[in-house]
Amino acid sequence: MHIDIDEISKLFGTTAALSPVSLAIPSGALVALLGPSGSGKTTLLRILGGLEFPTSGRVLFDGQDATGLSVQDRRVGFVFQSYALFRHMTVFDNIAYGLNARPRATRPQKAEIARRVTKLLELIQLPDIGARYPSQLSGGQRQRVALARALAIEPRMLLLDEPFGALDAKVRKELRQGLRDLHDTTGLTTIFVTHDQEEAMELADLVVVMSMGRIEQIGKPQDIRAKPASAFVREFISA
Amino acid sequence: MSDTAPATFRVATEESPLFQVILTVIVLALLVLLLFAPLVAVFYEALGKGWVTAVTSLADPEALSAIRLTLTVAAIAVPLNTIFGIAAAWLITKYDFRGKALLITLIDLPFSVSPVVVGLCIVLTFGANSWIGALLVQAGHPVVFALPGIVLASMIVTFPFVARELIPVMVEQGRAEEEAALTLGASGWRTFRTVTLPNIRWALLYGVLLCNARAMGEFGAVSVVSGKIRGQTATMPITIEMLYNEYLSVAAFALAAVLACLAFVTLALKTFLEIRHADALAAARRH
Repeated sequence: MHIDIDEISKLFGTTAALSPVSLAIPSGALVALLGPSGSGKTTLLRILGGLEFPTSGRVLFDGQDATGLSVQDRRVGFVFQSYALFRHMTVFDNIAYGLNARPRATRPQKAEIARRVTKLLELIQLPDIGARYPSQLSGGQRQRVALARALAIEPRMLLLDEPFGALDAKVRKELRQGLRDLHDTTGLTTIFVTHDQEEAMELADLVVVMSMGRIEQIGKPQDIRAKPASAFVREFISA
Repeated sequence: MSDTAPATFRVATEESPLFQVILTVIVLALLVLLLFAPLVAVFYEALGKGWVTAVTSLADPEALSAIRLTLTVAAIAVPLNTIFGIAAAWLITKYDFRGKALLITLIDLPFSVSPVVVGLCIVLTFGANSWIGALLVQAGHPVVFALPGIVLASMIVTFPFVARELIPVMVEQGRAEEEAALTLGASGWRTFRTVTLPNIRWALLYGVLLCNARAMGEFGAVSVVSGKIRGQTATMPITIEMLYNEYLSVAAFALAAVLACLAFVTLALKTFLEIRHADALAAARRH
C-alpha cells in the first residue's frame, strides 16, 4: 500500500520532535528513515504504527485517512528495537500471538494457526525453534522471530525500528540480505529506521535523511550520494 | 576454598579472614537473639503446660472469633489492595502525567505515618461525631468499632506493599512488550492479561504475601478503630494483647503461635512456588 504523510508535526510538551514533515511512500518500496538520534525518525515511525498520534497533520494509507485509526486497526507489522519478544512465551506462541488475539469470528482454527506458524518459521529459516524461549535465542534469531511475529498478522506494511541495532557486525550483514529477500518475496511496503548511513544506502530503494525533526532530503541512495541537498546531508553520509 | 585455590588467588575485597568471621558471627548472633529466640519462646510458652491446655484455650469462643475476624479482614483487604496496587503501578509506569511524583509520595505515605495516627484519622473522619459517621450510623452501617473500620485501617496500612514491589519491575521491563501486543491486534485488557500480568507475577506474589502478612499482624491502627470489643471486633493481635494483660499467658501465647504459624504458611507457600517455578523464574531474569 502507498503511504502519504501530510504535514505531520509532533510536540512532546513544548519540544517539537517533528516539525511539519511531508512524505509520499510508493507501494512496495523499501524505505530507510536515516538520521542521528533525536532527529525524529523513530517518532515518525511510531506515528505510522499508531503508537503515537501527531499533534497536527494527516496520515493516508492508500489515499484513506488513517490518522485517528487505532493501533490494533492499522494492521501494521512492527519490529521493535530490542525486539520486545514476549519473554514468558515460546517462539511458537510469540508468532501465534496476533492470530490468537483476533476476535473469534475471524480467528483461524488451531490447526490452521499451527500451519501458519510453521510456515513462518520456515520463511525465517529457523524451522526447529518453535518450542524455545526468547532467552534461549541468539540476537539474530530473536530479530527473525520478531519479523515472523509481525508477519503473522498479514500486515499491510512492515515498520522496523533500528532492526539491526542490537546485533554484531557480521550478523548484521547477513540479516540485511535477509530483510531484503523478505521484502522482495512479500512485496510489503517496508520502512525501517537507522542511524547507520551505510546500512540505509545499501538496503533501501528510497532514503529519507532527517535531522532535528525535519526532512533534509528524500531520494535514491545514489542520488543522495551524488547530490547531497545540504551541508548536513553531505557530512552525515560521509561519516 | 582457600586450600584448593592457587597461591596467587586473591579476592577483590581486602577484609582479613578474621574480620570476615567476626562479621558472620555478629550477624548470626543478632539473628538468633532478635528473630529466632523470641519465636522459640512463643512456642515454648504456648506449649509449656501441654498441648491440651493450649488447644483448649484456642477453642475458646473469643479466640475463635479473633481468628475468624483476622482471616476475614485479610480476605477482604488483600485482594482489594492487590487490585489498587496493580492499578497504581500500571498508571505510574506506563503513563506520563502531571503530579506523578506526588502520587508516588502519597502511595508511600502509610509507611511514614504511624499506624496509630491512621487509626485516629479514621475515627475522626468516620466516627459518630463526624457528619459522615453520623449518616453511616443512622443508615445502620457504622464504620468505627465495626468490621468496615478494621478493614479500612488494615487497607491503609498495607496499601504500599503491592505497588512498591511492582513499580521497579515494571519500570525495568518498559512498555515495549505491551506495545508489541497492541500492534499485533490485542486489546488493552488482553495485553494486560497475556503480557503484563505474566511478566509481573513474581513481584506481584511477593507484594501480595507481604501485604497479607502485614494485614494479619496489624495492631496499631486496628486497635484504635476496633474499640476492642471481645468476640466482635478484637482481631488476633488485639486479643493476644488483652489475654496477656490479664495474665492468661498460655492463651496469649497459644494464639500468638497460631499467628506465627499463619506467617509460616505464607513463607512456605512463597518458597514452594519459588522452587516449583525456578526454571521460569531464571528464564525471566536471564532475558
